[in-house]
Amino acid sequence: MRSAVTLVLALALGSNAIAAEPSDAMAKRVAACTACHGKEGRATSDGYFPRIAGKPAGYLYNQLLNFRGGRRSYAPMTYLIDHLSDAYLLEIARHFASLELPYPPPQTLGASPALLERGRKLVTDGDDARQIPACVQCHGKAMTGMQPAIPGLLGLPRDYLNGQLGAWKAQQRHAAAPDCMATIAGRLNAADVEAISAWLASQPVPVPSAAVPMTTARLPLHCGSAPQ
Amino acid sequence: MRSRVRIVLVALLLIAGLAIARLVVELRADDLEPGVPFAPTAQQIERGEYLARAGNCAACHTARGAPPYAGGRGIETPFGTVYASNLTPDAETGIGRWSAGHFWRALHEGRSRDGHLLYPAFPYTNYTLVTREDSDAIFAYLRTLPAVVAPNRLHALRFPYDNQWALAAWRVLFFDRDTFAAEPKQSAEWNRGAYLVRGLGHCSACHGERNVFGATDEPLALSGGVIPMADWYAPSLASPQEAGVAGWEVNDIVALLGTGSTPHASTTGPMAEVVARSLQHLSEPDLRAIATYLQSIPQAPARQHISASASEPAVLERGGQVYKKHCADCHGDDGKGTPGSWPALAGNRAVTMDSVANPIRLVLSGGYPPSTAGNPRPYGMPPFAQSLNDAEVAAVLTYVRASWGNAAAPVRSFDVAKHRQGRVNY
Repeated sequence: MRSAVTLVLALALGSNAIAAEPSDAMAKRVAACTACHGKEGRATSDGYFPRIAGKPAGYLYNQLLNFRGGRRSYAPMTYLIDHLSDAYLLEIARHFASLELPYPPPQTLGASPALLERGRKLVTDGDDARQIPACVQCHGKAMTGMQPAIPGLLGLPRDYLNGQLGAWKAQQRHAAAPDCMATIAGRLNAADVEAISAWLASQPVPVPSAAVPMTTARLPLHCGSAPQ
Repeated sequence: MRSRVRIVLVALLLIAGLAIARLVVELRADDLEPGVPFAPTAQQIERGEYLARAGNCAACHTARGAPPYAGGRGIETPFGTVYASNLTPDAETGIGRWSAGHFWRALHEGRSRDGHLLYPAFPYTNYTLVTREDSDAIFAYLRTLPAVVAPNRLHALRFPYDNQWALAAWRVLFFDRDTFAAEPKQSAEWNRGAYLVRGLGHCSACHGERNVFGATDEPLALSGGVIPMADWYAPSLASPQEAGVAGWEVNDIVALLGTGSTPHASTTGPMAEVVARSLQHLSEPDLRAIATYLQSIPQAPARQHISASASEPAVLERGGQVYKKHCADCHGDDGKGTPGSWPALAGNRAVTMDSVANPIRLVLSGGYPPSTAGNPRPYGMPPFAQSLNDAEVAAVLTYVRASWGNAAAPVRSFDVAKHRQGRVNY
């Protein structure tokens, strides 16, 4: 009983302590993130560092754990978060997930209509013959992602999309096993990747842009990052 | 004349023969007494887990994302890469066939189960001071880990460092078996601190200066050194200009070691790892013991302050502009920081010490102190490698090192370029 009272007291004091912080304290805590990911995590014109604002918290948290656990490799990221606790990383993920900020207009890339059409077809229909599921099956019809851990695909630069699909193909990027995206990326060829990235990067982000609740009864593949 | 040449030749041969004999002795391992069956107690196992943390064994013996203590992490050295071994109790690939005696000999003497010499990247130059009792406790704990099949990776060392004869010669020159002898004139607390700092804690592995053979010149000295390959400088614990704590309150030292930050100082880079994985898990009495010992380290005399006018006005002006734009929000126009969030830069030894490696690394790579019970949600320093060029980093550091009473030498673009290429070992 005494320990329960102590716990309640500690929680009450704890939340008071947090409430006493200025409202921008969390934004200042993550200043190290926004140095590359842009103001409030909305990305920069740099064209590589991805937007993190508004991505599902589960997805962002998984990525932080992936960097810390060596499943993703980008030394400056791993270095920064290496000694932060799970609880703090989750709080950081939730902070960026909660930011609903407008998106800039899509990139104009000058890609050929044939390439864009190939990309559109793969994203919306997939390719049954090659066992490639449509991206929209998991990432949502509007491609804004599905809660709690599947990210949206729009509002990202082509270079970043190419980089990530390429990293999965080359087994440089991993996710919790079973790594469904590694399986799918392994079935894409270089021209597929180019087409998908070009089409996705040239689409406007719909309003609302938030990830939708999980609507699919069963994902086409088992994913360790989004267990069902 | 001829007879004199003959005498010299014979003398040289004799010396060479003695040296070879000494190396042969070094290479030969004594047979271990047949092991008495090892029956650890629960208390011993618990103690061993604690001591393994005090020694931060898991930091090297765990590869990123792999099971704890299963080895495989590459420790880069100027002589090549040494791969940490599998300490789980798997019979084929771990230490399943080791006896407590083998384990003790590894710590105390730097020899593997079969007697071959171990590379001192495994800091047995410090661990030689660990008591048999503590060694047995750590062994008892390691035996309780899940056995992981993970074959040890061959070290990737360059010639001649890949050779047991070379290692034997190194040991003849730089290693002696030792035991910890308590200093009777000092308190039990001081002696406990000395044992942890010199032995299991292996603080001198980073905070000691290394010679060209990679040996810490004075094995127990903590006079500061560049951490091989990591491109961070482990500041001197014997200097009031660096990280000496002779003038500190014991409570502040305990707070820094146990939580990773205090109002005056915080840990980042490799020391953040040490706090996160090892020190924050130590008991208050052990942290106090370490603090007491560190306080007693004789401090080198204060060095002459250089004149701030050594910095060019144009560089200072440019640095001031960069500071206003990128730094003042958190560290303040007056360099006083915000207690509990961002450290003061005025009077901060981390930015004014002679070595400019750490200030440059911090501006380029940023960094967080570790999450600890005492500071679970630390504020962090953003990386500026993407947004500031070498001249801007040099200018802002020159400005910080010459402002608000700070009077340290300027930082050159050349230094920044050098550390920009520094490796990030992840």
